[in-house]
This record gives sequence, C-alpha cells and structure tokens, in this order.
Amino acid sequence: MKDEVTREERIDSLKGMGCSRKRVEDARFTQGKGNYVDDIKLDGMLFGDFVRTPYAHARIVSINTEEAMKVPGVLAVLTAADLEPLGLHWMPTLAGDKQMVLADGKVLFQGQEVAFVVAEDRYAAADGIEQVEVEYEELPVIVDPFEALQSDVVLREDLVGEGGTLPDGAHGPRKHHNHIFTWEAGDKDPTAEVIAEADVVAEESMYYHRTHPCPLETCGCVASMDKVNGKLTLWGTFQAPHAIRTVVSLISGIEEHNIRVISPDIGGGFGNKVGAYPGYVCSVVASIVTGKPVKWIEDRMDNLMTTAFARDYHMTGKIAATKEGKITGLQCHVTADHGGFDACADPTKFPAGFMNICTGSYDIPTAYLEVDGVYTNKAPGGVSYRCSFRVTEAVYFIERMIEVLAIELNMDAAELRRINFIKKEQFPYTAALGWEYDSGDYHTAWEKALKAVDYEGLRAEQAQRVADFKAGKTRSLMGIGLSFFTEIVGAGPVKNCDILGLGMFDSCEIRIHPTGSAIARLGTISQGQGHATTFAQILASEIGLPADSITIEEGDTDTAPYGLGTYGSRSTPVAGAATAMAGRKIRAKAQMIAAYLLEVHDNDVEFDVDRFVVKGAPEQFKTMKEIAFAAYNQAIPGIEPGLEAVSYYDPPNMTYPFGAYVCVMDIDVDTGVPDIRRFYALDDCGTRINPMIIEGQVHGGLTEALAVALGQEIAYDDMGNVKTGTLMDFFLPTAWEVPNYETDHTVTPSPHHPIGAKGVGESPHVGGVPCFSNAVQDAFRPFGNRHTNMPHDHWRIWKTANDLGLHD
Amino acid sequence: MSKKMHITMTVNGKEEEFLAEPRELLIYTLRERLNITGPHIGCETSHCGACTVTIGGKSVKACTMFVAQADGADITTIEGIGGPDDLHPLQTAFKEHHGLQCGYCTPGMITRATKLLEENPNPTEEEIRFGMAGNLCRCTGYQNIVKSIQAAAAEMAAAKEAAE
Repeated sequence: MKDEVTREERIDSLKGMGCSRKRVEDARFTQGKGNYVDDIKLDGMLFGDFVRTPYAHARIVSINTEEAMKVPGVLAVLTAADLEPLGLHWMPTLAGDKQMVLADGKVLFQGQEVAFVVAEDRYAAADGIEQVEVEYEELPVIVDPFEALQSDVVLREDLVGEGGTLPDGAHGPRKHHNHIFTWEAGDKDPTAEVIAEADVVAEESMYYHRTHPCPLETCGCVASMDKVNGKLTLWGTFQAPHAIRTVVSLISGIEEHNIRVISPDIGGGFGNKVGAYPGYVCSVVASIVTGKPVKWIEDRMDNLMTTAFARDYHMTGKIAATKEGKITGLQCHVTADHGGFDACADPTKFPAGFMNICTGSYDIPTAYLEVDGVYTNKAPGGVSYRCSFRVTEAVYFIERMIEVLAIELNMDAAELRRINFIKKEQFPYTAALGWEYDSGDYHTAWEKALKAVDYEGLRAEQAQRVADFKAGKTRSLMGIGLSFFTEIVGAGPVKNCDILGLGMFDSCEIRIHPTGSAIARLGTISQGQGHATTFAQILASEIGLPADSITIEEGDTDTAPYGLGTYGSRSTPVAGAATAMAGRKIRAKAQMIAAYLLEVHDNDVEFDVDRFVVKGAPEQFKTMKEIAFAAYNQAIPGIEPGLEAVSYYDPPNMTYPFGAYVCVMDIDVDTGVPDIRRFYALDDCGTRINPMIIEGQVHGGLTEALAVALGQEIAYDDMGNVKTGTLMDFFLPTAWEVPNYETDHTVTPSPHHPIGAKGVGESPHVGGVPCFSNAVQDAFRPFGNRHTNMPHDHWRIWKTANDLGLHD
Repeated sequence: MSKKMHITMTVNGKEEEFLAEPRELLIYTLRERLNITGPHIGCETSHCGACTVTIGGKSVKACTMFVAQADGADITTIEGIGGPDDLHPLQTAFKEHHGLQCGYCTPGMITRATKLLEENPNPTEEEIRFGMAGNLCRCTGYQNIVKSIQAAAAEMAAAKEAAE
C-alpha cells in the first residue's frame, strides 16, 4: 500500500523534540483538579503542627504539655524527650551536620521546632499549641557571621569536645567553635603573585543577602503508617522522593521496601523542597504513635522563617588585569552564613556547592577561592534557589567584579567581557578552578544580544540622559545592565557528585504497550516544569511513537526507578539523557523485530521517524506501532517477548548552559523607583526540546531574579527576629511590577549529552540577578558609584542617590 | 471550643447546610468540609490570591473570610467555572498560551480573571496587570497570563458578536 502521508507530516504528528507542544498537565490544573499534598484526605487523618520558639538563642528550662493535652481534639504532644528513645530527636543534614528535630535543651533560631502537637484538625492543633508552656532562658544572639567567628558564645556545644577542643567537621578542621568548614579551590600563592604583579587590580566586597525560594505552595506531608502490613506511606512536597525514602529508612530503621514515598503535584519548588525537615520526621513518628495518618502543612510564616533559606554569602574579591583589560587572575573569599545547623543542600564533596564556577565565562588563567562556613542564630538551609548549587552567588560575584574592573580600567563593560570570553575554539575548556566546560560560543551570543538592543545607541542615549540630568532637565537616570553567565548544571557524574552517598545519576523506565502507546517512569519529579509534556517529546523523537500516546509518570517510589530528583536543572541533563538512552534500547530491540518481520538482516533496516525501513527500499517498512504489536503477539526466534527498557544514566560531565542578558532601566532619582523598560534575554541551553516551555521558564526565572535583585530579602534584627516573615514584608512581584521580556536564543548542543540538551530552568535566575543589579549600579556609575548591595529596593536606590549627592 | 453556628450557603449552584464554629475560615470550609480543593492556600494573609473565589459578584480571598461572614452567600469556585465538557474560554486560553506552570495559583488566577473580564470585557494590558495584581504567581512571570487573558477576552468578544 502506498504511503500517502509525507515524511514531514509524520514528523509533525509525533510532536517530538523542537515543537511547542501544549502541556498535558494543564487540563487538571485549569479545572481545579490538581492533586497537591494538602488536597489529600484520608480516613481518620490527624493534623500536626509545631510550637516554635520566639527566641533566636535560648536554653529550654522546661516544657509543660499538661494543659495542651486537655484541649479537646488534641491527642499527643511530642517533644525531644519523646523522640530521644527512638534516636530521632536529631537527624542528619544533607551537609554532613546534624539538626535537632525538636529542640533538645536549647534553640538556635527564631521559629525553631520545639514541640509537635497532634490533633484532630488544624484548629484543635492551633488551640493546643497555645497551651504548651515553654520556659526559656535567653542566651546572647549572634546574627552576624563575622561576629560569630570572634565571639566566646558557643552556638553548638554539641560540636565542642572535652576541654574546648574542636573535633573536625564533615569537611575538615574547624578554626573556631562557630566555624563549620573552610573549603578551597584553585591555587592560592600563584594567584596572590599574579595580583601583586598586575597592572590593574580591582577589589570589592559585596553581600549577597539572605532570601528564600518561597514557592506558592509551602512544604508539607502526610504520613500514614499501616501497622497491619508494616508499610509506611509518605506523601509530600519532595523534590527528591527516592532520596527521602532512603533517608527515612536510614533514620527510622524501617526497611526501605516498606516505605513508599509519593510526591503528588507540587506547587513550585525552586529549591525549597529538596531538604528533609523536622515536620516530615514528626509526622512519621506521630503516625506510628497514633496509628493514624498525620498531615503537616507549613503556613507561610513557618515557611519563610524555617525551611530553606538561600544565599547569605559575604563575598570579597580581587580581579587583576593588564592595562588593556586582559584578566590575569581572580581571588574570591566567602564568609558563608549557614545559620544554626549546616543543612545546605549540596553534593557531599561540595560544601560551598559549585561556587568554584566563579571564574564565569572568562578565560582567567589563575584563580583561588576560599569559603568559610559559619554558624549563626539564623534558620538553617542554604538551598539552591532556582539555581544549581551556589551558582547564582558565583555568577553574581564575577559579573559584579567585571563591572568594577571596567570602572577601574575606565572601559566599557561590554567590551571588557568581549576581550575576556573563553573562545569557541577553546572548548572543552578547563577553568582555573577545575571545571571542564563542555561547549560554548560566547562571542556569537554576545554580539547577537548587543546588536538586538542597539547597544551603541543605548549608550549614546544614556550619555545624553546624564547630560540632561546635570543640566537640570530631568530627574531620571538610565541604567544599562549587562550580564553574561555560564551555568553548571546537571549534577552529576557519580565519580564526584553524591548526596548522602547516593550517586547523582538518574533514570527512566519505558514500557511499550501492545497497541503502540507507552508509559515511561522517571526518577525526577516535576514542580511545574512540564515533565509530562517534554519527556514524552524526547521519547517521541527517539522511539517514533506520538508524544500524545506516551504517559509520563514520576514521584511514586514504588513504581518509578531510583533517581535523585529535580533541582539544580538536572532533570533534562540527567533524566532527559536516561530517557533518550532507554528509548534507544527500545529502538535497538525494535530494529531486530522489524528485520525479522521484513525478512532481512538487522543491519539491512534503518530507523526513519516512526518506522524501520529496508535500506534502499523505503516502501518496505514496519511502523513502530506494528513492531510493538509484534513484540507481544509473535514468537520471534532469539528475542524475548515484550518491549521494555530501563536506563540509569551517569552523566560523563555537567552541562554548561550560558546566556547574554541586557536590561534597560530608568530610575527616578527622587523616589528610587526603577522602571524596567526593556529586558532582553538570550539563552543557549543546547538542543531545545519545547520552545514554549523554555520561554515560560525564562519569564519565570527572570521574575524571580527581579524579585531578589530589587527587594526580596529574609532580614533579621539584632535579636534574631525575622523581619520579613509574611508576604506583606517579603517581596513577591505582582503582574503590575513585572515587565514584558524579550527572549532569544543560540543553540550550542552539549557534546556529551545524548540529545545535546543542557537545561534551562535556572539560567534566567542566575543571569537575571546580576543583570538587574548591574542596571541599577550602571545608572549611578557616571556619578561615582562603584558597588552597592542588593536588594535594590526603592529606599536603597534612593539612599544610593542621596549618598552620591544627587539630592543636593 | 466555641458554639457552633448554623450555616447555609450555595457553592457552585449546590445548597450546603452545616454547623460550624464561626472562626472557621471559608477556605477550610470549602477545602476540608466540602472537599472543594480547587482554591488553594498560599499565605493566609490575603496577599497571594491562590484562594480566590467569587461571592455575590465580587472576587474574594477565602483565606481571610470567616465562614460566619459567608452565611447565606452564593459562592463560585474554579470547579463551578467550567469542566471537561464546558471549558471556560479562560481555561482554554491558559493552556493554549502557557499561562501556568506548577498550577497552584491557576484556580485563583482564572477565577479572578472571570470577574475582571465581566467588569471589563476588553481590557488593555495595563488594566489586566492592575486587575490581576492581587494574585501572585511564582512560575510564569505573568507575561503569558496576560496573554491568556487577552486571548480569552478576544475569544469571548467574538463569541458574543457571533451570538448577536
């Protein structure tokens, strides 16, 4: 029979890679039929909530739960004393430290969990919390890491040995009782020499403030211990369900096969939902104690105050260059405020994440990085808020240092970048701090971006604006924010990336059904990225079945293959690769089946879109649908029935997405209000799977970058009180404050990834923060501004103008 | 604890009658008592709008209204706006223009947008941005939400014209 459908039509009908396929997730979300953890309702389900300390540092003198137990509906009040016999009053953190599940003798930050009240509903739990009497003895509070390193006050007595000795921490020797680790990368002395001998050295200190990922859905879980069959089911907002299962097993002693962890729909993560929190442990214990399902859901204040802050890096840099602007060396020191426990979510060997990507996109021959982690009376966390581990900090650092160097050299910052970019022919490029960048074409991206915004024209307009301002014709200044970033994502190779000893591979398992549709399960979990849509597209292109006929399932550890979850833009680089590789295994078997059906040798057929054809005789073919049926209904000599495959993918390297961003901003000098009049974002994420979703990711990441750069902050007062614990004080931009973004791209496929994809979800945040900040700083550069710290809220911008004498 | 009140309300066209403590917040009445889980909880301080419902022709944040205040009310949630067989043009447009990602804000966002378009069937971009500023989204950056609402407005205008 003649095939009347054209090859192009066959390709289009698959809705494979490269097409803007509409999302399959949207039907349920737009109709209010999502299934988030707080939507789960089980028979007899109880509700648990925490008594939290109002003090940032205090000894617990006593806890009296008697009155609370009298409150109607309250069933139990757990304290550390109840958890201690189970060994669960403390738990290990992802960073090699340990953390109190419930306050064990003292509290270390405001909002810390002191007791867990279990009641019939939320209202009874809240009533019970009111009645728990806790007597505190206040201790001196330290919220400044520099002060912490000088202070006699010991925050963590549990980490001090007899006679005041300091046992090594998880990352080596400690310098002081409030010191956690020192981590180094690069060459210390050679870098110091280069800086000492350089023509020009620019120095700057900057504080990348503490903030929070603040997804719209807070963290929560439902734990259900079925005592009859000994199985624990734990639903929750987990970005890494398998890792949570292993952690729960290790700390509870319940065998892993008796634990089922399920991540249902997740209302945004952005790093907040990577860690393991006391609420999970207490819910599990409460379910075991009561024999009933127990739900715990954070409220917004709990969320902002206790789970998963981000950033809080005090960074000092020196950048050396020749008179012509060629960078010769870079030095960076970080004092990292980790709060009361070191609960950073980083691969084990990287206590400061991938901060050693801080040489950025530039060919810097010599560099040195040193990071000191410090305890303070602030919440634990240190998650990657919409970025791979500490990459946002690294990129902010280098993109500010470049601007400061440009000032020092009296040079245009775009030109300074241009002459220092790693050149296309230098890839794969080994950076001074150790990473091997897989691919890049920075000059092409940069020229395209500058041309798109008419960079020369913008500079001329800016000069005119400055002249007008000086002449008293306007009170508005114009800032041109530039940033060029290189991310390092897709953690990662098992040889150097693990979390709690679990290698950071990922996985995909595919089952093709007899009628030519399929289900694929992955070790990752979508939190809005649209995995059910895009992973089906990868498979459609790989196995020649329509994406619409492929179900993607994630998040149930009883059915999905083991994987390390979704964060650090690792889903596409790692699980996406596993998906392609599993698809290729399917295809390899399909090829043998096709050859048998067509009565030729295996090597005489080749894959073409949705079928195998006989080489040189394309009219002889078997479609994948026909092959799928044959796999189930024919006895084929030497081939097992069925058509399934599984792949565990250990990436050979990280991927290195990059991009060029330009922000044009007008600033009202008298009110400090910035008006973003243009934002251009060029992203190179390698092979593009779904342009619509990429664009959506870029819009969202830029908006989170806008928030961080222009106002979002977790601020503490000297007493350790959180000053930004509600959405009244913690800045989340509305539609009114956000501009329209222009998106663009170049495509430089990753050479080591099966489909060349690099990941994109976090790029706009990583590149966006310095771009917005640079725009603000650039507006004031003609008046002598060198650096001011974020967040650039209206008051701080006004203050910058005032400090520069612009209100005189 | 306290004395229970006799409450009646109409939710998505269905009469409901029950006893509740007056301090119960409407969002919990909907989600836990009536199993209407489309409206979500994001802040409990009226900032995020994930809990937005329509009461008596107005957009209301159900997280800061006591059930006692909603006695006798006529309430519409996302579940009452459209389902598989009768999708509202906004529900179609949000999918078509990628106006959502994690979906958590979406029910409140669409519920609010239905009121916005009732009040102003042909809004400018600025009017949409202002009119939607009570609903936060952490994923989309709003650009495609604006686009979705514009597309739905055009679709609804065309349908109206065709009907006339």
